[in-house]
Amino acid sequence: MNRIDVKRRNVLDHRKKQFADPSYKETQYPHRLNFYSTPPTADITLEQFEQWAIDRLRILAELEACSFRNKTPAETEAHMKPLLEKYLPLSASSSGHSNLHAQRQKDHYSHFILRLAFASTEDLRRRFTRVETMLFRLRFQTDDSRERAAFVRTLNLDWEPVSEEEKRALAPQLATTIGFGYGKRAQQVMDEDWCKVDWIRVPDLIEGRKVFVKAGKAYVPGSAQQSMVLNAFTKRLEQAMELTSRALPRLDEDDRLTPILNHLSKNFIAPDSSYSGSGPAIEGAEITARNIDNLSQHFPMCMAHLHRSLRRDSHLRHFGRLQYMLFLKGIGLNLEESLIFWRSSFNKITDDTFNKEYRYNVRYSYGDVGGDSNRRSGGHSPYSCQKILTEHAPGPGDAHGCPYRHFSMENLTSLLRASGVTDPQVLHGVKEDKESQKYHMACNRVFEHLHRKELKRAKDDGVMTAAQLETIVHPNEYFKRSYLLKNMGKQPQSQQQGDVKMEG
Amino acid sequence: MPHSDPRTAEEDPNHPSAAQMEEEPAAAAVSSPPVEEDVVMAEAGEIQGVVEGTKPAAEPPSAQIEADEDRIQIKQETKSDIKLENLFDGIDSDEDEFTSSNNAQQEVETAAADAAFELLRIYYQRFFPWRYMFQWLNHSPVPTKDFKHREFSLWLHNDAVMRYQSYTTADLFRKDVLRLMPRRIEIGPVYTADPRDRKTFRNSTAFQPLAKELCFDIDLTDYDDVRTCCEGANICHKCWKFTTMAIKVMETALQEDFGFHHILWVYSGRRGVHAWVCDRKARMLEDHQRKAITSYFDVVSGKQGGTRVNIRRPLHPHLSRSLDILKDHFQQDVLELQDPWKIPERAESLLQQIPDSELREALRKKWEASPERASTAKWADIDALAQTSASSTLDPKDLLDAKQDVVLEHTYPRLDTAVSQKLNHLLKSPFVIHPGTGRICVPIDKNNLDAFDPFNVPTLQGLVREIDAWNEGENGGDAAQDGGGSSQDVRHVVQDWEKTSLKPYIEYFRSFVTALMKDEREITVKREREEEEPEVKVESLDF
Repeated sequence: MNRIDVKRRNVLDHRKKQFADPSYKETQYPHRLNFYSTPPTADITLEQFEQWAIDRLRILAELEACSFRNKTPAETEAHMKPLLEKYLPLSASSSGHSNLHAQRQKDHYSHFILRLAFASTEDLRRRFTRVETMLFRLRFQTDDSRERAAFVRTLNLDWEPVSEEEKRALAPQLATTIGFGYGKRAQQVMDEDWCKVDWIRVPDLIEGRKVFVKAGKAYVPGSAQQSMVLNAFTKRLEQAMELTSRALPRLDEDDRLTPILNHLSKNFIAPDSSYSGSGPAIEGAEITARNIDNLSQHFPMCMAHLHRSLRRDSHLRHFGRLQYMLFLKGIGLNLEESLIFWRSSFNKITDDTFNKEYRYNVRYSYGDVGGDSNRRSGGHSPYSCQKILTEHAPGPGDAHGCPYRHFSMENLTSLLRASGVTDPQVLHGVKEDKESQKYHMACNRVFEHLHRKELKRAKDDGVMTAAQLETIVHPNEYFKRSYLLKNMGKQPQSQQQGDVKMEG
Repeated sequence: MPHSDPRTAEEDPNHPSAAQMEEEPAAAAVSSPPVEEDVVMAEAGEIQGVVEGTKPAAEPPSAQIEADEDRIQIKQETKSDIKLENLFDGIDSDEDEFTSSNNAQQEVETAAADAAFELLRIYYQRFFPWRYMFQWLNHSPVPTKDFKHREFSLWLHNDAVMRYQSYTTADLFRKDVLRLMPRRIEIGPVYTADPRDRKTFRNSTAFQPLAKELCFDIDLTDYDDVRTCCEGANICHKCWKFTTMAIKVMETALQEDFGFHHILWVYSGRRGVHAWVCDRKARMLEDHQRKAITSYFDVVSGKQGGTRVNIRRPLHPHLSRSLDILKDHFQQDVLELQDPWKIPERAESLLQQIPDSELREALRKKWEASPERASTAKWADIDALAQTSASSTLDPKDLLDAKQDVVLEHTYPRLDTAVSQKLNHLLKSPFVIHPGTGRICVPIDKNNLDAFDPFNVPTLQGLVREIDAWNEGENGGDAAQDGGGSSQDVRHVVQDWEKTSLKPYIEYFRSFVTALMKDEREITVKREREEEEPEVKVESLDF
């Protein structure tokens, strides 16, 4: 009520009000890297606004996919290089590139546009910060070392270089932190570029006793300074995003930018939770409580295992329920059917117990009950592989998690055999994937094996587009693809099922 | 009439069932020795009256209480005693008469609990160092947000916990505690706003924990696999040594490595100690920084099934220094006092840590021949055999590493990490009374660390007795001048705690708080100065 009328406030040009002299309307970009501390103020066209944001988004989405697929830093770099050159080139100052300024301006502006698009929810902010940090790391690593040093100096990070004298005095202590083994490292200590920072700035180095600390100062060797820069980057970005989100409701905007921003943020959500559960995911499929047993042949291992455990024990523990329930929601099982499914599956308990202990959970997952925000967002979204792999590792008695990651090799092999994967070559491949922590690869390998005939036919007929043949990073995607492939050409399902069995 | 939980009463060492009382003839000096069940309740009422209304008059009897809980003996001085104490004796004597009746038993328990409750009231009224507690948390004589927005949580006698209590002044805090009579007070973080108003904020960001002391909790139960004298909640002088060496290591590292100065060690009342690191920098740490410092200290982790030391070589300076501190303790307090490898199973686990199989076999043979060999000798055997047999495959560096691991496993501090990692974790306040042992959670003077004896810590019972002994002495001396207690007011008001064995602990706490407040003032002054001269700072940064 006491607030200033929105329309009246609009009269003030914030640039004129806040900054007496809009001198950096023509921002100079002396360095390739950017900490994005100053927002852009120059005018750009609406097309540029959209195009630049989409280009950057493409890069970020690709980076995120790399992390989903557990690619090593080297692989990621190789994968990203051509994409970066195409969509978001950023050349070193020494390269003498003619449009350095244009490149850096695009980088600068697109970052800030995406900030606007992704500031709205906590979840989006976290993801944005994470991938932006990944992008920054990638560029930081590839940057020319002299330019990087110059850039770091401009950051004002409160680093204090360690003098030669101090280095000499502390050599024995410092020596213990720069490598393994008992080699002669006195010289190494002197060669290294040490700096002193407050220990609270480098918690990850303190955590593993990786650096020497004295009187609250951590002595960080040059090689570890990257983590400090990245920490600083993440931290500043987090704070800035928080501020942006608070300012967002007051963004007095005509309806030119808002649709673009909304569209952008929706695109970003895509890989993680496109399965909102509203509406059937696949047309023509009968997705009911009664049909789940039949459908379970299309489930990825994690869900097939949950289904089997549920049938065996007539019960699932909390995280198992959650993972499986949301998956079922994702394939299109509606709330009513879901309640029927869970009630009939937990057949060892009374109606009363079910209503008391489980009914609410099912309804909560569908956003039928719970707080306002839960209801508005329609409950939780189905877990992605990323989430299943990283959160809530299963303990004894749990059936959730990713079998490729959380099972021992023996258990995984027997599970695979039970699901019809007996080809020793495939099993060996899975083992290798598991050992190199590429759980997605293992899952996709199994998928390709189980659907090899259909895939071949689909490729020959050109039914599937390239996008549909990309790596699966979501259990629901696995189901959807499996279902579509097996029902290609509307053949009777029973026949397809027979095929699978024969293959086994 | 205060309500109290019988279960709490059971934990009280003064409780009749847990204590064997030496009956004194004067025990019958209770107003009227009860013979009927109903009288007991009335009795309790009277006790209350006596406690609140009058100064207890001196009475002659003495008592020795033996509480069997924790195998702890609370030995009381048997000089003179007070009426309060008599009242308890009276109740205890009731119990003897009524043991056959369950009903009566219960009522007696209630009465005893009520009496314990009254004792607690006396403690909060007369002994609890309100002023210094306030200054400690407030860091200034004038109430600031540090105190006003601080969460206290009070554990009531019916097992309810009142969280998010806050007080604007020390006096309000005292009044509320006296009203509710919590059996335990916990201290939480300072929040961005008054914790009592937390529900008025719409979004959660407006109500966030801001600051709290960095806390560490060392619990002797975590040492069960290396101590041979006691188990679980039990402790004795031998295993208390583990705490002593842990404090030394932590104290040194916190001061030298992290540059903290205001570290308060508090006895937790039974089997452990808490550390409160009160420096401003420590208070402002965020969760991930707390987590980092906790894992900095985490060397012996029991997570991976069985405790194992897993550290990189070369040793981090913190660890090599800790080893220097711990070496002597290992020899004296572990090898000699604990004799950890006396039984063959434990000796076997030591053998498993020997890196060389030849040496291992030689040792095994030797020890099997003389099963009674002391740990000190066994430890010496390792080096002796390693030198004489000169095993072809043995790398002396590996052996040294393994021996260092053994020393660390047996001596290095084991922390309860949950306490240290979270900003909003609550921790029991100093000077609270431990309900199980009746001991007061007193601060430990680290300059006199080795002298600290957990069995000699003041108990509530003891305090009441002491103050009466003091009053009696005073009364005897001053009776000629003024007659009675009023003479105390004339020149110098002696605080009640000063008359008891609580005195050195509160004085230590006071000096700790004074030093903290002094530092805090200097920081504020310094910051103001810095703000005045920003020019200089910019120049120095231009490297």
